[in-house]
Amino acid sequence: MISSILVYGLVNSVILALIAIGFSLTFGISGVANFAYGGFYLLSGYLTWILLKYLGLPFIVAVFITIGAVGLLGFLIYWVILLRVRGIVLSEVIATFALGVGMLEFFRWKGFVTYEFTLPYFKKGMLLIADVPVDYQRLFIIAIGLALVLFLYIFTHHTRIGWSFRGIAQNERTAISLGIESDWTAALSLAFGSAMAAVAAISILPLGIISINMGYDVLLIAVAVGIVGGLESVPGILVASLILGYAQIITSMYISAEWMMVVYLAAIVLVLTIKPSGLFGKFKELEERV
Amino acid sequence: MTVRYRKERLDRGIKARCEDMFALSSYREILYLLLPRVLPVIALLCFPLLKGVVGLYWEKVLVITCAIALLSLSWDLMASVGLVSLGQALFFGAGAYLTGFLNKSLGWPYFLTIPFGTVGGALFCTFLLLPVLRLRGVYFAIVTLTLPLLFTRFIEASKILGGNAGISSLSPLPHLWFELYVPVLALLICLFSFRRLINEDYGLVLQGIRDNDLAVMSGAINIYKFKAQAVFIAGMAGAFAGAFMTHYYQFVGMPAFALDYSILPLTCAVLGGVGTFAGPTVGAFILVPLSEALRAFGTLRVVFYSAILIICVVGLPEGIFHYIQRKYHQFERMVEVG
Amino acid sequence: MDKTEDQTILKVEDIGKSFGGLLAVDKVSFHVQKGELLGVIGPNGSGKTTLVNLVTGFVRPDSGRVIFQGLDITGKMPYRIAELGMARTFQMVKPFYHLPAFKNIIIPLYSPRVKKLRGGKYGERDAVAIDLLEEVGFERDSFVPYKVASSLPHGYLKRLELARCLALRSDLLILDELFSGMSMSEVASTLPIIERLNGEGLSIIMVEHRLKELFRVASRVIALNFGRKIAEGSPHEVMESEAVKAAYLGSEAEG
Ligand SMILES: Nc1ncnc2c1ncn2[C@@H]1O[C@H](COP(=O)(O)OP(=O)(O)OP(=O)(O)O)[C@@H](O)[C@H]1O
Ligand SMILES: [Mg+2]
Repeated sequence: MISSILVYGLVNSVILALIAIGFSLTFGISGVANFAYGGFYLLSGYLTWILLKYLGLPFIVAVFITIGAVGLLGFLIYWVILLRVRGIVLSEVIATFALGVGMLEFFRWKGFVTYEFTLPYFKKGMLLIADVPVDYQRLFIIAIGLALVLFLYIFTHHTRIGWSFRGIAQNERTAISLGIESDWTAALSLAFGSAMAAVAAISILPLGIISINMGYDVLLIAVAVGIVGGLESVPGILVASLILGYAQIITSMYISAEWMMVVYLAAIVLVLTIKPSGLFGKFKELEERV
Repeated sequence: MTVRYRKERLDRGIKARCEDMFALSSYREILYLLLPRVLPVIALLCFPLLKGVVGLYWEKVLVITCAIALLSLSWDLMASVGLVSLGQALFFGAGAYLTGFLNKSLGWPYFLTIPFGTVGGALFCTFLLLPVLRLRGVYFAIVTLTLPLLFTRFIEASKILGGNAGISSLSPLPHLWFELYVPVLALLICLFSFRRLINEDYGLVLQGIRDNDLAVMSGAINIYKFKAQAVFIAGMAGAFAGAFMTHYYQFVGMPAFALDYSILPLTCAVLGGVGTFAGPTVGAFILVPLSEALRAFGTLRVVFYSAILIICVVGLPEGIFHYIQRKYHQFERMVEVG
Repeated sequence: MDKTEDQTILKVEDIGKSFGGLLAVDKVSFHVQKGELLGVIGPNGSGKTTLVNLVTGFVRPDSGRVIFQGLDITGKMPYRIAELGMARTFQMVKPFYHLPAFKNIIIPLYSPRVKKLRGGKYGERDAVAIDLLEEVGFERDSFVPYKVASSLPHGYLKRLELARCLALRSDLLILDELFSGMSMSEVASTLPIIERLNGEGLSIIMVEHRLKELFRVASRVIALNFGRKIAEGSPHEVMESEAVKAAYLGSEAEG
């Protein structure tokens, strides 16, 4: 029992981190809360599925096309939609939210809802870890999750573009005066965030059947992890994923699976009520320049 | 040399000094101001009388339209204080469930449950939102997006208040006239009192908080008190819609917290023009009937709202009402350039 | 209460604030006497605005105390502090851009403090607001007070800030670089207003880069550099101080 909680809790936590990282990345850099995140996530799932099923592409090709296409879409959405409403929080929120809802409901209308919509495992089979059976897919997820976090850390701390990301995140006005193009950086941040949604979708969706409501759940998970950890910090995401991941597994084991979403939702509301900056965030909103 | 023209806009002479000060000097001018206010009211009040002509179906659409219009008015009032809500369904659901509970479990009649549902639902939501009123922008939007979902899942998981199945066979409303006129009157009262409120000094403070809350604080005004009051007033409009519709459907369940009640009012407000109250009402009277007509398309309707939302937010930020208002108050003529 | 206590309207003790690693204000202490005009000077980024924010409650101090009219107001909300009688202008103007200028003034006029002081109903406040704007030089005859704030030039917005403070009928007025961004003639017409208010017994703290104008009205000046108080005294004493000379030369050499 304990060992399965430990193992599945860990897997679950990495899944949460994987889902959340794209959302937090975009927000941390450009301040755009991408409420279309769930839409991007499911879009990636369906796109891969279509590429595999109808075009018969090899898996790895389909994966790269999907990641590229979804990233590009994020990039374009910045230039076409968000650029014009930049800085007006009301409009940014409404535009991305509407975009996400529109995508998801479009899929629902298209009827992407039956059991045939699943993505293939990277590799079938399983392994025993401390007497708990864990399939390879979940191990892949752990590996990808950790690799992504590491990549993100190195990327933001050791590359030029990463530095400009951080510059914008710290203070947009100073960054502009240093010659960092805030629009390009923001568009790239959206592209990266969306591409990460695609990575998450391709690794996580094989675990089950793709359903529309998953799109909404993914957005809520991303928001929950981001809010609990503090929307702009990588360690925050990790710690929040661990907390929520284990809380969720424990809830579903000892109470019932129906309470799982309640955990996230309650976490969002509680953290925003008690400590809006989250565990690690700096919360620019409250202590702004006067 | 070709003569080029440029469009010139002139305010009608009736406007004195600033936006909402008029200098009236004749009955014609009074009429000019009064007509656009009075005509829609008359039309709205007459519509239920035309039951025989338009058919019962469209009368029912009128009821739903009024409920959505009330929700979008409540959204607009919150937006006037700078609180962007993605979850008007919270107010609707709170009013609806409270009414359902009072009616079913305590056996109260509709003329008690609706007022109590309205005030109680609004109070409940205000207390719920009280600790997050200091949040701004995205953070507040996230809370409001989350809360209705939290309630849905909570009711689902804990099976209180009827759980998944909801509470059904509630007592019906007394009469068809009641069903039709109460929402229309509620909408009119709400619309005109909100418009009045926002133009009072009190409303100026609310608008000030939206523009710059720090500057309002430096004016020795407790912004949280004002925000809470605004949420309560807005909550009453939303909770009333929920309370009324509960008796109208004789049922309350999960759909009371559904996304529809959040995104449709939002779309109406953005389409109609944020910050005018008349705009969201106009938006509701365009969108809700349209969406009833499109019922056959199922969830594609939501896609359609989303498209409207994006187009309006990006391309038409002032909304229909502002546009019409401008055309009404201004002459346009071509003048020669250079 | 002894006599000196009675004459002090504001007393700031060892107040400090750091942003991240940056010490913006480092253990600054000073006081303001009733009816005094205290000048605050210092090169760019020396922490003057942060000091104002700490005193008025817009930024929470890490350490230290602020005592206003005998009351400890450290960490109180800005509106509470304003209600107790401390008004401030913002260096970065914060008008309500969508509203006409006179409606900007109605907002502080609607506060409980002003209601208590002078009552006033709807409509009455309009007249009061327009009078206040005229007092700071908005030409009533050309309808400037009715113009939407977003259409006003910067100098007017600065004076709008001042009018918003005057509306509060405060006991202490804090002006954060009121003159920056004003034209020479605007400064020349605003300075007498400040002199007159001070003459009527209002205590004023004036943060200013325009030293010539400041020294004409200030009875005492403190100088900040890198968040620390480096000098205090009469304008003449402060200008003669080595630390101040070095600070200004240093910042000029950098700039
Ligand atoms: N909210 C904030 N977050 C981070 N750093 C800040 C913040 N506010 C001020 N600072 C920093 O604190 C230091 C002092 O700033 P402050 O605005 O108080 O200076 P100032 O003396 O008013 O300058 P100026 O003459 O240009 O107005 C500056 O280095 C500034 O960058
Ligand atoms: Mg300053």
